[in-house]
Amino acid sequence: MLGVTKRNLLRILRTPQMLIIGAVQPALLLVLFRYVLGGAIRIPGRSYVDYVVPAVFLEAVLIGGMTTSISLAEDLKSGIIDRFRSLPMARSAVLAGRTLADLSRAVLSLAIMVGLGLAVGFRFGASIPSIVAGLGVVVVFGYGFSWVYAAIGLATRDPETAQVAGILPFFVLMFASNAIVPVSTMPSWLRGFANNQPLSVTVSAVRALLEGGPAAHFVWLSLAWSAGMTLVFFTLAIGVYRRSVQ
Amino acid sequence: MIEVEGVTKTFGVTVALDDVDLVAESGKVLALLGPNGAGKTTLVRVLSTLLLPDRGSARVAGFDVVREARSIRGAIGLAGQYAAVDELLTGRENLELVGLWYHLDRATYVRRAHETLERFGLSGAGDRMVRTYSGGMRRRLDIAASLIASPPVLFLDEPTTGLDPKTRNDVWRFVEELVESGTTVLLTTQYMEEAERLAHRIVVIDTGKVIAEGTARELKDRLGGDVLEARVRERADLDRAAKVLSALGNSEPDIDAEEQTVAVPVTGGTADLIEAGRRLEAEKILLDDLGIRRPSLDDVFLALTGARTGEEGPGATS
Repeated sequence: MLGVTKRNLLRILRTPQMLIIGAVQPALLLVLFRYVLGGAIRIPGRSYVDYVVPAVFLEAVLIGGMTTSISLAEDLKSGIIDRFRSLPMARSAVLAGRTLADLSRAVLSLAIMVGLGLAVGFRFGASIPSIVAGLGVVVVFGYGFSWVYAAIGLATRDPETAQVAGILPFFVLMFASNAIVPVSTMPSWLRGFANNQPLSVTVSAVRALLEGGPAAHFVWLSLAWSAGMTLVFFTLAIGVYRRSVQ
Repeated sequence: MIEVEGVTKTFGVTVALDDVDLVAESGKVLALLGPNGAGKTTLVRVLSTLLLPDRGSARVAGFDVVREARSIRGAIGLAGQYAAVDELLTGRENLELVGLWYHLDRATYVRRAHETLERFGLSGAGDRMVRTYSGGMRRRLDIAASLIASPPVLFLDEPTTGLDPKTRNDVWRFVEELVESGTTVLLTTQYMEEAERLAHRIVVIDTGKVIAEGTARELKDRLGGDVLEARVRERADLDRAAKVLSALGNSEPDIDAEEQTVAVPVTGGTADLIEAGRRLEAEKILLDDLGIRRPSLDDVFLALTGARTGEEGPGATS
């Protein structure tokens, strides 16, 4: 499995597009939300930058997760998976190695985003352990979500389709949530979904942990979602993997 | 070393393998000869545990392909037409990783990677990304990767398709060395020249069925004798020449419009040659060449299946 991780990391480092998706795009989104939208959106009681940056952290990690699905689809298409399957490699090693590599990538992107966030005015408002916990929740959620992407990549088997298919859940979760604007500004039919969907819950947890505030409730919910996603989509991914190579 | 019994594999309505039996002896080369779509790659995939057979059984290196697949994977090397090497890694990285995945320890896989890079003439390019390699170099790397762990059984799926003659020869010499050191090789090919050169035994396969089996000599003998071949000077004479010769031969004449030749298996030897010369002259057919030769595998294949084997390799003898 470590061999697969090493391979995947080397590949990510050598693919400029992946690095750009991982670093440049979130940076652009950060700038967009902070400066372009920031003036227009009023959040009672806090500055917009403090409101939106935790969400951008999460978004950076999730977007990077899309590379999981693209890479898996590429691997299936290229025939390298056949080589893996004819080797005495554990069946789970391919997927586990893939997500471990993405975890490493996620931590790195997060580090970059924290730097950028601080540069545009975000300020942490809590104790160090709380901040670490907050970043931890981001990474854990990103990990759980990468299994969703793994299942997508394996199911679509084609890099371009995987990319398109991956954007959809991301956008729905990102925008129909409390990440960018308060849910109270949304129409009533959307509020229920927006308030309770996994991304919103996680964003609330991260905000509370990074800036101080009651976090426990959201943290548990977020971790439950992450565990649930991992369980369900890991199982799906393994199932699709087995079927797709027979 | 490899035993296949009654293996059948169907994809939807297509029967890719139909009750295939074959045996590959330890330390020898078995060639699976057949045209595109014959089922060669499907059989290799079954034997390398990438596919499960629908019916029948198979054993590789003493292990059952269905129940002991994991053990088989540690004992085989696989190199395919579509060289499955990682483009974004260097040659060396590719080889070392494969060694790691065969559970070799670090010192061993580093050394083996180095050795096989040298053996295949890739030392210079070893630290460049595979993306920069030519097709021939990729194929060589693919074969090198299949050998990193020195497996007792090697599956080579059309290993020289699309390679230039020099690289092809290198691969052939290389397979011969491997066999000398005791490796069992199952080779699939469309080139009768390759099967003839490398294989101890040949299994001829078409549309999923084994249609003949034996040494190159045995298969040629099945034709019952020699091949009488005439090259006509005028293309328009081809059909008439074919009629003349088929009266002498014991099966359908093989007409090659491009080469302007007609070939037919005969049993009468030189007597048939002289008679053919007489009759063609009587018909006023001008000839550039007329002769008797031993049959090539291509002729054997034609007689067995009614069709030529795929592309002919460079220097093909038919």
